[in-house]
Amino acid sequence: MKKYLFLILLQLVILTSFAQVDTSLFKTIAKDTSYKNNLMNMDAVYSRPFLNYSKSPVSIGGYLEANYQHLGTNGISEGHQFQMRRMTLFIASSIKNRIKFLSEIEFEDGTKEINIEFAAVDFTFNPMINIRGGILMNPIGAFNQNHDGPKWEFIDRPISATQMLPATWSNVGFGLYGKKYSGNWIYAYEVYLTNGFDDRIIANNANRTNLAATKANKNRFEESPNGEPLYTGKFAIRNRKIGELGLSYMGGIYNKFQIDGFNIDKKRSVHTFAIDFNTTLPVLNTKLIAEWAMVVVDVPPTYSQQFGDKQYGGFLDVVQPVFKKQMQGFHNAVLNLACRFEFVDWNVATFRETGGNIADHIWAVVPAVSFRPSQQTVIRINYRYQQQTDLLGNIPLRTGGFQIGFSTYF
Amino acid sequence: MFPIRTSIVVFSAFIFISACIKLEPSAPDSNNVLDGPLAELNHEQMIQHMHGDAAFNDAIFTSENGLGPVFVANTCASCHAGDGKGHQFTSLTRFGQSDSTGNLFIGKGGPQLQNRAIPGFLPEQLPFGVPFTKLVAPAVTGLGFIDAVTDADIIAMADPTDADGDGISGVLSVAILPSYVIPRNMAIPQNGYFICRFGKKAGAYDLVLQTAKAYNQDMGIISGYEPVDPHSNLAGDPEITAQTIQDNVFYQKTLKAPLARNQNNSDVISGKQIFINIGCVTCHKKELKTGHSTISSLSEKLFFPYTDLLLHDMGSDLDDGYTEGSAKSSEWRTPALWGLGLSKNSQGGNYFLMHDGRATTIEQAVLLHGGEGSKSRSQYNALTETERKKLLIFLENL
Ligand code: HEC
Ligand code: HEC
Repeated sequence: MKKYLFLILLQLVILTSFAQVDTSLFKTIAKDTSYKNNLMNMDAVYSRPFLNYSKSPVSIGGYLEANYQHLGTNGISEGHQFQMRRMTLFIASSIKNRIKFLSEIEFEDGTKEINIEFAAVDFTFNPMINIRGGILMNPIGAFNQNHDGPKWEFIDRPISATQMLPATWSNVGFGLYGKKYSGNWIYAYEVYLTNGFDDRIIANNANRTNLAATKANKNRFEESPNGEPLYTGKFAIRNRKIGELGLSYMGGIYNKFQIDGFNIDKKRSVHTFAIDFNTTLPVLNTKLIAEWAMVVVDVPPTYSQQFGDKQYGGFLDVVQPVFKKQMQGFHNAVLNLACRFEFVDWNVATFRETGGNIADHIWAVVPAVSFRPSQQTVIRINYRYQQQTDLLGNIPLRTGGFQIGFSTYF
Repeated sequence: MFPIRTSIVVFSAFIFISACIKLEPSAPDSNNVLDGPLAELNHEQMIQHMHGDAAFNDAIFTSENGLGPVFVANTCASCHAGDGKGHQFTSLTRFGQSDSTGNLFIGKGGPQLQNRAIPGFLPEQLPFGVPFTKLVAPAVTGLGFIDAVTDADIIAMADPTDADGDGISGVLSVAILPSYVIPRNMAIPQNGYFICRFGKKAGAYDLVLQTAKAYNQDMGIISGYEPVDPHSNLAGDPEITAQTIQDNVFYQKTLKAPLARNQNNSDVISGKQIFINIGCVTCHKKELKTGHSTISSLSEKLFFPYTDLLLHDMGSDLDDGYTEGSAKSSEWRTPALWGLGLSKNSQGGNYFLMHDGRATTIEQAVLLHGGEGSKSRSQYNALTETERKKLLIFLENL
C-alpha cells in the first residue's frame, strides 16, 4: 500500500511541474533548419537550444534530468529512489564575428559534484580551421561530446561510454577542428592536446581498470599529473542522406613516472579507440545510434590481473517513433519505442595461473517508451535488465527494475 | 492544465509499474549460497556484521590506501569470493620450513611469497630450491561454530598414537600465541602451547590472528596487531584500525553455516551411509558441538561440518615438503566438507579442491587421499559404480 501512496505523490509532483511560467521575456534563438543537416556529433555543444535576453550577446541555456527508480539486484533493492541526476547550465556568447565562447557547468546528484564540463573559446579562420582552447570535451566516441540528457531515450547513460570510456571527460587543452563540405558529404576532423590520465586508472575503488577514476583527481584542471599530453583525434564523415560515422583515438602516458626529474617507473601508456555511427532508416524513420570502443592499458605484469590491460564494449540504441501528432496542445509530440543493448568486457584476458578466461563483463538490455511533447523535452520509462559477471566467471549478479524520469532543456 | 484523461493514463502507468516491481530478479535460494548471516542475530549484532561485511567484501586496497607495496590480492573477497573457496588466480605460496624447527626465511621474505607489487616495486621471488606449497583459499562460512568448539572436544577426538588401531591417528596442531591473541576461556594449553584450528595446517589459533595476518601477509596492510611490513620488514603506522579487524572477525563468526541440500533424496541418504561405512567420517566428523558463546545462536549448538579439526598424515603425494607450526609436511587439517557442492560457485564454475586446488572433481579429491586416508580410498575404489555415484551425490549436496 505504501508503494501506491508514493506513486500518487509522485504523480502530483509531476502534474504541478507543468504549471505555467511566463516565458515571454525570453526568446528562443531560432535555429537555421537548413543548417541542421550539417550538424555532426562534434557540433553538439553548440547545437543546443539557447535563450537570449533582449539584445544581449550572451545567451544561456541548460538542461535538467530527474527520475524515480526501483531497481533490485539478486533480490535486494535500494527501494524507492528519487534522483536529481544533473542540472547543467550553458552560457554562450559571440565575442566577435569569428570568436565564440561557451561554458557548461554541471551539478551532478544535487551538488555532490560540480564540474566545468566545457569552457572554451573558439576562433574560426575558415571552416577547415578553427582553434579551440580551454576546458574541452575530448572527442572520443560520440557520446562524450553529445551527452545531453534530453537527447536520449534512456535515463542511465551508456555503461561503455561512462564507465569504460570516461564520459563526460573534459580536460584543459587546445586544438584544431574543421569541416569540409562536398555535395551530400561532410568530412570533419578534430585534434587536441590536453592533460590526461593518472595512476588511478589502475588503482581505484571499482577494482578494475577504470579510466573514469582519474576524474577523482581534483587537480587535473590545474596541472597535468605527469607532464605528458593526452592526444585525441577524431575523423568523422557524414552523408546527409545516410548518417554519420566517426573514428577516434585518444591516448598518452598515464602514470607518474618521475618525481622531481628522477625516474620511479617506466612510462606506461593508455590507448583508446572508438567507432561511432548513427543513422535514421528510411520508411520507418528508425533511429540507430551505436558506439563501440576499446581500451588498451600498459599494466605492469607484476601488478594484479584484477586490473586488466584490455577492455572493450559498446551500445546500440534503436529508437522507433510510433506516432507524431498534435497532442494535448503540443504541436509535434512524438511517442517512441526504444531499446538499448549494451555490453562491456572489463578485462579481456586469460588467467596466467590457469589459462582460463577472465570474465568480468556486463551486459544490459533496456526497453523504453519515451514521450517527447517537443524536441527539447523527453519523458521516459525504462525497464533495465542487466547481468554482471565477476572476474572468475561465477554466477552473474542480476539487476532489474523500472526507471521513470524526464529530461528537458530550458 | 493537465487534462483528466492524461492524469488517468499516467496514474495507471504507475500502478502498472509498481506491479512490475515483481519483475526484479529474485534472490537465489539461501540453501544455494554460502554467504548470509546467522539467523538469530539481534540488531546490534547485525550492525556489526554489516560493518564487517563491508571490511571483508567492499574494502578495496590500492596504492592510495596502503596496498603492498608487495601483496597477493587486494581484498579479502578477491580470494574468498561470496565467502566461498578461492581460485588459483589468488593462490598463496608459502615457503621456507620443512619441519617443526621453524621457518628459515622469517625476515627474508618468508613465510609467504608476495608475488605481486604495486607499480614501481618488484614482487618477491621464490628463493631457489626452498620447500614450498600453494594454497587455495578455503570458504569462510560457519567459522563462528568452528571457533566455538571447546579444546576438550578437540582433544577427545585426537588419537596421536592410534590407540584404537584404526590406522588413523589425528594430531593436535599447537603453537605459542602472539601477545595480541587472547586465549579462549575454555583453552587447555599443552605444555604452554595452545591448540590451533584454522588454516590448512591448523596453524592459526583464532580468527583475530588469521585476519590480522591476512591483512599483513596477503595484502601488505599493517595493523597495530601485525605492524611489520612484509616488504621492508620494518614496523610502520597502522593502515587499518583494530576496530576494522574486530568487525571483520565478527562478520566471519556470524556467517551462517552452509546448509545441506536435498537431504530427503534417497541417493543422498544412501550416499551418506556409504560415507560412514567406508570410514570417511573417522576424519570428516559429521557432528561437532559448540561450547558457551556470547552470541546465542552459536552457544551450545550441534552443527555438521564434517571435520575433526585435527592434522592427518595424507601421504607422499600431498606432501609438498613445506610445513608450519607443529605439523609435519605430510600433515593437513581435515577440511570441513559443508558447502562442498557449492564450492565451484565461487571458483568460476570449476572445482579446485584439496589444499592447492589440484583436484578438479570431487572424485579426484577422494582418489588423492593417501597416508591415513589410503584405507578409505581403497574402500572407495572397492565400491560399485552406483555406490560411488550415490556417495558423490551426497557430497555434492553438502
Ligand atoms: C590472496 C588470497 C587471500 C586473501 C587476500 C585473503 N585470504 Fe583468507 N585465506 C587464503 C588462503 C590461501 C587460506 C588458507 C591459509 C592457510 O591455510 O593458512 C586462507 C584462510 C583464511 C581463513 C581460515 C579459514 C579456515 O577454515 O581455516 C580465514 C578465517 C581467512 N582466510 C580470512 C580472511 C580475511 C578476513 C581476509 C581479509 C582480511 C582474507 N582471508 C584474505 C587466501 C586469502
Ligand atoms: C585420514 C583422514 C581422512 C579420511 C579418512 C578422509 N579424508 Fe577427506 N580429507 C582429509 C584431509 C586432511 C583433506 C585435505 C587434504 C589437502 O588439502 O590436501 C581431505 C580432503 C577431502 C576433500 C576435499 C575437500 C576440499 O575442500 O578441498 C574431499 C571431498 C574429501 N576429503 C572427501 C573424503 C571422502 C569421501 C572420504 C572417504 C572416502 C575421505 N575424505 C576420507 C582427511 C581425510
